[in-house]
Order: sequence, then C-alpha cells, then structure tokens
Amino acid sequence: MEIPRHWRLKKQRYGLVGEVCPHCDYKIFPPRDVCPNCGDEAKELYTFSGKGEVYSYTTVYEAPAGYDTTAPYTVALIKLEEGPMVTAQLTDVDNSEVQIGMPVEMVTRKMRNDGDERGLIVYGYKFRPVLNEPQR
Amino acid sequence: MRKVAILGIGQTKIDEHWELSLREIGGNAAFAAMQDAGMDKVDALFVGNMLSPMINGQNQLGTFLSDWIGLWGQEAVKVEAACASGAAAFRSALMAVASGEIESALVVGVEKMTDKPGREVTSALATAADADYEVEQGISFVGLNALIMRRYMHEFGWKHADFAPFSINSHENAMHNPFARLHERITVEKFEKSSMVATPINLLDASPIGDGAAAAVIVPAERVASVKGKPRVVVAGSASATDTIAVHSRKDPLFLAAAYESSKRAYQMAGVTKDDIDVFELHDAFSIMAALSLEACGFAERGQGVRLGLEGEIGPKGRVPICTRGGLKARGHPVGATGMYQIVEVVQQLRGECGETQVDGAQIGMAQNIGGSGATIITHILKAE
Repeated sequence: MEIPRHWRLKKQRYGLVGEVCPHCDYKIFPPRDVCPNCGDEAKELYTFSGKGEVYSYTTVYEAPAGYDTTAPYTVALIKLEEGPMVTAQLTDVDNSEVQIGMPVEMVTRKMRNDGDERGLIVYGYKFRPVLNEPQR
Repeated sequence: MRKVAILGIGQTKIDEHWELSLREIGGNAAFAAMQDAGMDKVDALFVGNMLSPMINGQNQLGTFLSDWIGLWGQEAVKVEAACASGAAAFRSALMAVASGEIESALVVGVEKMTDKPGREVTSALATAADADYEVEQGISFVGLNALIMRRYMHEFGWKHADFAPFSINSHENAMHNPFARLHERITVEKFEKSSMVATPINLLDASPIGDGAAAAVIVPAERVASVKGKPRVVVAGSASATDTIAVHSRKDPLFLAAAYESSKRAYQMAGVTKDDIDVFELHDAFSIMAALSLEACGFAERGQGVRLGLEGEIGPKGRVPICTRGGLKARGHPVGATGMYQIVEVVQQLRGECGETQVDGAQIGMAQNIGGSGATIITHILKAE
C-alpha cells in the first residue's frame, strides 16, 4: 500500500489540477517545476476543464498485476482542450467503439484496489465519451 | 580522451534458463568475454541491469557479480536506464577507460526474468514509465508503444501488415544465430493472425523477454594490435540523450527526439554520416520502434520508416541492414542485457563472424539501445581498423 502517494496526488486525480506558466501562459499537466514551453519556473495551479479528444488509444489484453481483473480495457492519450496530453483509461464506452478524434470528458472512477480486502480503493480520473446535452 | 578498443566479447543463449541463476548467467557471459580478450583481471566491472531488485530480490549487482567471477577488490557498479541499461553501462565504462582513470573494464549486461510470473514481470517492466501518471492508469509497457503505433498508422496511413517485414527479417536472421531466443521463420499471414497483446500490437510485433547476458572487455586502443582475420574494433562514436519520461509529455510522440539527438552526436564524434553505416543493430522491442528509429537516425523520412522494410532494404544484403542477428524481436530482449547484445553483435559483424547473415565488407556498425518508450536513447558507432 502506498497511502502517502495516493494522498499526495489527490488534486490531480480528483480535480485534474495542473499548472499555468506565469511567464508564457502555457497550460501544464501533470504539474512540473519547469515550464516545458519556455523553460521558466512554473508553480501556479490551474484546474483543467476535463474536456478533450482521443489522440490515440489501445485496448490492453495483457494487463499488469493489479489491473488484470478488469482486462481487456482501453487506455488513451487524451489531448485536453487547453493543450497538454494525458494518459487515461476510457470508461462508459465499448472497446470497439473508440476512435481517434472522439470528444471525451473526465469523470472520477475507481481505478483499482491497493492491497487486500482491507486495503485502499484507489480512485482517479478516467474519460468517457461526451454526453449529448438533453433536449429541452 | 583516448581511443578505446573492444578486445573481447561473450554472450549466452537467450532462453528460459530455469536451471541457471542471475549470477551464473552473468558470470557465463563475463568469463566468455575475458577469455576472448585473453585477460583474467580488469580494473573495473560495469553491470547493466534493470529488474534485479524486483524480480530477483537482488541489488548491489556490481559487487554481486564481481564476487562471483573472482574480481575481489576491484571497482564494480551497476548502471540502470531501463531497457537501455546495457548501453548505459557500456558508455560508463567507455568514459572511465577513455579518460585514463582506469586501464581496462569489463561490461556485463544481464537479466534473469523468468523467476516471476508473467504479470509481475509486466508490472516490473512498467516501472520504466511514469509511475504517477502512466502506470497508475493501467497502461503496460506494450500499451505505451501501442498508443504510438496506432497514431502512427492513423497519421501516415499504414496498415498493420506493413510492419510485418521488420519481424520477418528479425526472425529470418535469428535462424542463423545460435544465441537467439527464437528459431522460427514467420510469414505475413502468421504475423497478422498472432494473438493480441495491446491493440494494434500483437505477439509478433513484440519482442520476447528471456534470461540472458552479454559482455565485452574494453581497453585503450593503443594496447591492441590489428591481426589478420581479427581486426581491431574501436569505439568511434558514443552518445546518450533523453526525452520526457512520459509519452504524453512529448511535443511529438511520433518522433524519437532522443534517437535523433544521440545519433547526431555519435555521427559527429565518429566523423561519419548515416551513409557510412554498414550495419545497424536497432532496438526493435516493437515493430513500430524499428520504424521510428530508422526515421530519427536519418535513414527514412518521417512516417516512411516502414517503407524500408516493404522495399526489402533491411536484410543483410539490403541498403540498410538491421537486426542481423535477430534483433530484439527474435534474438530476444532480456531488457538490461539487450544493449550489450547489440554491441557484441556489431563486433561480430566487424570481425566478419556472422556467417549467413554477414554484411559483406562491414567496416562501420551502429548499435542503438532505447530505454522506456524513447525516454533514454544511447547510440554507439564501432569501427574495424
């Protein structure tokens, strides 16, 4: 079990909190100390909208330990509308229906169990296809 | 810096060596290299390895191995850079000898992977990626390469079958390498029907893991004479470069910037261009990596690396011979040892010891070892004199 790690990453996992560079306004996710665009210091927090589109995807059949009970599942590179890319599982969609360019949005989901039945349930971000606005 | 020569090489067959331990496999390659060099003592041992703490419960691999092979008292250290650990160890040893700090070094790349079940090995391999932001999403190492391959196919319009020549070439060449893991010819039909690992990567796009070790002894070149039938092999170029640890952080996930950078520096140091390279042992951990490596090193335009395979240019008689001993795909990929297998194989080519897959008149060879999905890339250029 890695309780401090899960606690430390809570803003990123539950809120998609990254950074905005105070020098060049570049949006950064995951957060890092040096802006990848201008090389200056970056530490101002910025909350992403959670909207983006699928840049690439793969359906994983041979999963790492801890994830094998839910395989096969689809992991994608999501291009967020603010610019950066994030690696995330897709959810609420059939593996065979995923396409490059598909609009998706962030949701909070159970990721895995860390430890045995007395261990921690790890939650985090996944992305699902954008739901159509209800007709009024 | 002084010129450095590779005096001796050694390797073990890559396999599931149930009967052999980590120390025995490493030792066997080390003894073979020392014997080939005609030496029984070196100043220092550099070990390339990635997984021993996780799979074998063993750390401090430098001393672990120096003790086993009887180098008591000598300096020994392990160098780790995921799948590029082998080349990283070689480059560390090279810098130590070239600088004049030591007079001789033994480099051993070793990995013993079959002591744990497959899914635990899959987890251990994933530690090459970003633990917080990639691995936590359940992505496997294969999966990261699959994300790159899918996008590459989408952007450049290639079909899955277009990658088959890379795997077919590696399997064909491995038929003539007794140290290779796989001795089995494959066809496009078989390539297309193989079982899926992480779409679009199937089993025949992916290199097999295994237990294995490869080693080399290096000394200052001035100490080595060129003998007829066994030319002096020197290190003409060596460079290492890095990219972001996570694929999602790259400005262009379809371009191996670290391969471009390290090959550029290695060409410059060796005073050669890509046209001078007679044989290229590249890092075909997955078929897509072969294409991207060819592109980044200047052998193909962006998005066109696949074409070299389709046009039949990658075989031992082709314009750009790659993976002449089977590559990672069929020789096998004992991760931390792979970089040293590549060095050993280029030396074999330059010595003219490759039989059926010998590249005629090979004088200059290149080895390129990739750690992670392009995060650490180390390029070496060797020359026969």
